[in-house]
Amino acid sequence: MLDYRLDEETEALRKTVREFSLDVIAPRIGEYYERDEFPTDIVRQMGELGLFGLPFPEEYGGAGGDYFHLCVALEELARVDSSVAITLEAGVSLGAMPIFRFGTEEQKREWLPRLCAGEALGAFGLTEPGGGSDAGATRTTARLEDGHWVINGSKAFITNSGTELTALVTVTAVTGTRPDGGKEISAILVPAGTPGLTVGQRYSKVGWNASDTRELSFSDVRVPEENLVGERGRGYAQFLSILDEGRVAISALAVGLAQGCVDESVKYAAQREAFGQPIGRNQAVQFMIADMEVRASTARLAYYRAAEKMLRGEPFKREAAIAKLYSSECAVDNARAATQVHGGYGFMNEFPVGRFYRDAKILEIGEGTSEVQRMLIARDLGVG
Amino acid sequence: MNIVVLVKQVPDSGSERKLDPADNTVARAGADNVINEMDEYAIEEALVVKEAHGGEVTILTVGPDSAADAIRKALSMGADRAVHVTDEAMHGSCAVQTSAVLAAALQQMDYDLILCGAESTDGQVSVMPALLAERLGIPQLSGARKLTIDDGVAKVERQTDGGFWALEAPLPAIVSTWDTINEPRYPSFKGIMAAKKKPVETKTLADLGIDPSTVGLASATSQVLDFSGRPPKGEGVKVADEGDGADKLVEYLASQKIV
Repeated sequence: MLDYRLDEETEALRKTVREFSLDVIAPRIGEYYERDEFPTDIVRQMGELGLFGLPFPEEYGGAGGDYFHLCVALEELARVDSSVAITLEAGVSLGAMPIFRFGTEEQKREWLPRLCAGEALGAFGLTEPGGGSDAGATRTTARLEDGHWVINGSKAFITNSGTELTALVTVTAVTGTRPDGGKEISAILVPAGTPGLTVGQRYSKVGWNASDTRELSFSDVRVPEENLVGERGRGYAQFLSILDEGRVAISALAVGLAQGCVDESVKYAAQREAFGQPIGRNQAVQFMIADMEVRASTARLAYYRAAEKMLRGEPFKREAAIAKLYSSECAVDNARAATQVHGGYGFMNEFPVGRFYRDAKILEIGEGTSEVQRMLIARDLGVG
Repeated sequence: MNIVVLVKQVPDSGSERKLDPADNTVARAGADNVINEMDEYAIEEALVVKEAHGGEVTILTVGPDSAADAIRKALSMGADRAVHVTDEAMHGSCAVQTSAVLAAALQQMDYDLILCGAESTDGQVSVMPALLAERLGIPQLSGARKLTIDDGVAKVERQTDGGFWALEAPLPAIVSTWDTINEPRYPSFKGIMAAKKKPVETKTLADLGIDPSTVGLASATSQVLDFSGRPPKGEGVKVADEGDGADKLVEYLASQKIV
């Protein structure tokens, strides 16, 4: 049986997030973006709406939904703005999810209710200035001393790490040497404000300008031994295990951006007149918009398919990679086409498509580059 | 405190709305139907009163089966239960007839406070609170921009063009609200999930003891005889600035009673 209609509750959620995005986010996000400012009040309202608790059970303050509900919310947010969407995505997938999946009961009780309510944001510190997501290159260290981890090193490109709401960062660090001689990597929870933790300036980014991304440095940061998240030596493996679902989430975000490009182009093509008629009467414009809609709707099917397999508990690595690869490339293509439909105004920051254009590119890079996705798909097919 | 909120489903005022040329009634089928905007403020106010004073919020809706969507949204915002009066015979009913149905439904319910929006965006007759106050024999506080409940008394600020009136009435009372009274909440996902399990009681005219021949288009007290589309936008007024542009603008705005 094949049925990709949303059920009643998911559709009600989608409508609510759509309404919220148009009423609360659309009128104000442009100014935050221009000022490179994190929209704390909008994020707080997203928290009140329960978005940060979507995939978590009610006993930890969650909404009792699943990961697909999160994806639908991300798509609707990104249809209007990607900065707030990635803030939610990172807050849930990187901030709260590692604690929910691998944390002790005490860690869950202590942190999840506030993270689910959106009153607090969590960050995940994996990437380092010297290397991307190459675990072997991890240089940050944590050594045990009198029942405390003492952490030294630095982390780069850490989302949600320096906002007013940031309450913790989970960092991966070398905690010893494995029997095979490799680095033993563990994840350790560091509350915001711990002495020795320095939060750097916000990066100046090409896009996602209203999201918070910073460099963190650790100088003899001491946290209790119990702050280990999950098993010692499993820090990187744990991260890898939540990577696939993160790809589905990023795919949903990309579909939202691709659809937002269609929305804006349809609107503009009807209202903008040239040579005595709306530009939408020109077949060249019609075809561009038709192709944009084709990309957005097929990319949506790709992430629905990956989400469906994920929720059924089936292997979904290939589907997640396909969805992430295809939808991010669709987002870039649609952003380029939407800007073209808008002509000169597409190059002006006052129109949302300019923001979409700047926000699209990172989707082909973050959460595994397009090349990594192609490699995963080929490997899964048994090629090479 | 038992609070009843009157909720009407209407075609979305943000999209194109039509009358059905067959019988000159509002075309609901095929329209994007939503909760009447002003009613969302009444629901929010009911939830605020409940949060402060305890009690239960019941949604009362008269409308076709499709109005169940509006009820579900009201429940997902946080209302506790709903009564849905639906009967084919009611199609095309006027405000007077509808008020008889609502009053009959209310008489079967426990209420201390009845809240409703000050107007609906489809009919805009805006007389329902007055009609119900008359039928139920309770005070009406209309057009509230602020409501406080204090020791069995409802106090409102009644919004007017020039300011407000401070009014109060003993409960039970009916209060209608403007969009200045609060900021309605969005339904949370928890609320959406919880709404599924909340009781919705469906009633017909027979359940309310109402003779179907007294309602509906045929016996309505008002009849829409004819309608036409909105005329296209005019040219507008051009003001040539000959050093007195500002004065002319003010003059124009004043003539339109904008300032």
